[in-house]
Amino acid sequence: MQRNFTLGLVSGLLVTLMSISSSSYAQNATDDIAKYREMIADGNPSELYEAAGEVLWQQPAGPKNASLEKCDLGLGPGVVKGAAAQLPRYFKDTNQVQDLESRLMTCMQKLQGRDPQEMIDAPFQKGPKKDMEAIVAYVVTLSKGDKIKVSTNHPKEKEMYELGKRAFFFQGGPMDFSCASCHGEDGKRIRLQDLPNITTQKGAALGWGYWPAYRVSSGQFWTMQQRLNDCYRQQRFPFPIYGSDLTVAISMYMAKNANGGIVETPGLKR
Amino acid sequence: MTMKNMKSLLALSIFAVAAFVIQGSVSAQQANNPKFNKMMKDGFRADGIAGLDRIDQDATQKFCSDPVFAGSKQGEKMREQIQKVNMNSIKQPSDGKYIGDWKKGEAIAQSGRGATWTDKADTPIGGGCYNCHQIDKKEISYGTIGPTLWNYGKLRGYSPEVITYTWNRVNNSKAYNACSNMPRFAHFKLLNEQQLQDVMALLLDPDSPVNQ
Repeated sequence: MQRNFTLGLVSGLLVTLMSISSSSYAQNATDDIAKYREMIADGNPSELYEAAGEVLWQQPAGPKNASLEKCDLGLGPGVVKGAAAQLPRYFKDTNQVQDLESRLMTCMQKLQGRDPQEMIDAPFQKGPKKDMEAIVAYVVTLSKGDKIKVSTNHPKEKEMYELGKRAFFFQGGPMDFSCASCHGEDGKRIRLQDLPNITTQKGAALGWGYWPAYRVSSGQFWTMQQRLNDCYRQQRFPFPIYGSDLTVAISMYMAKNANGGIVETPGLKR
Repeated sequence: MTMKNMKSLLALSIFAVAAFVIQGSVSAQQANNPKFNKMMKDGFRADGIAGLDRIDQDATQKFCSDPVFAGSKQGEKMREQIQKVNMNSIKQPSDGKYIGDWKKGEAIAQSGRGATWTDKADTPIGGGCYNCHQIDKKEISYGTIGPTLWNYGKLRGYSPEVITYTWNRVNNSKAYNACSNMPRFAHFKLLNEQQLQDVMALLLDPDSPVNQ
């Protein structure tokens, strides 16, 4: 099954590459990528991560040898369905606005006795982050098709949104880039990659609604934290700290702007 | 007065009020916010060549991080001042040569590498020009954040004025547009003089494929 799947993926990729190289206009190449996406959409490799994540959610682990089944993602202990569509949000117990991954770190700490610092320090795709990525895949799949519905009713949510908005436009680094340099206007591209305008509802839904995603080019499932991390790398910024308020604030800005859009996670990206 | 006229009058007055409200709310650059500063400071760690000094903003970056003010009537004076500072920082080529080798320029324009925390200090930094601009039409994989540069010299001519303007623009685009999206290649030493001359050749050598 695994082998067939990989074979299908490889031949799909070949066909797409061939048709890309034969087309003379950039628009055709973009269309071909869309076609390719359609071709493999029936078998998003995220499913493998999801399945692993479901097991990790139910399995006792950590110093306290407990599962995550009582984790409160905002809709009550143990409710996973629909939870990701309403994150980030304010949590009373931590007195913080949290995104999915910072909230999962809280659950791992409180329920399982795991040290969040180990998660923060681990490289993406390795060690404890591997578990996190699988659990994220499991959680976000259970919001697929839901409407994005993020609240800024709580003063801390409203504040986080405003901080995120300011961070979105913050220029720095040797190239003067901010998030807005690439994601502040309609209809722009970097090379052939379409760039959603995250300052609009439509653009924000295209960005926020499709991440976390399986990335074909790297053969990896990327969480939103990893997506943001690589954006900042390309912005030539220093390294954003995993689960920091900065990353939650940027997420809050994107998610709130995307309100009313549809959760399409896990997405499938080039 | 016809219904249609009434409607347009109403639309016009709503527009005028809206414009007033927008203008009125933009009186100064956004205030210093200690909470935001702390979030930024605590939000990053240094990694390799990407140190924390990268989030210490200079005047241009600070100004352009507030696009509402930067684009407003009130921001006009500061905009001009920032352009002046950037213009004054531009050095003309030390050997008096503006046009290098377009083939090398094409390679620089193609590369978007360098200056990230996964790069080393000696990783060559590309110009990344195709990321945002159409340049040679044969390259179909180009971005659209900046204007097309196809036939750049052919359309504008090769006069000294065009050459100096283009030199200034690739050295420091903020000299003409305070909040241009284009990096300041000379100011941050992303490209050296020789590389800038080569990129110039891609745009302004009559033999460059760009000008065919």
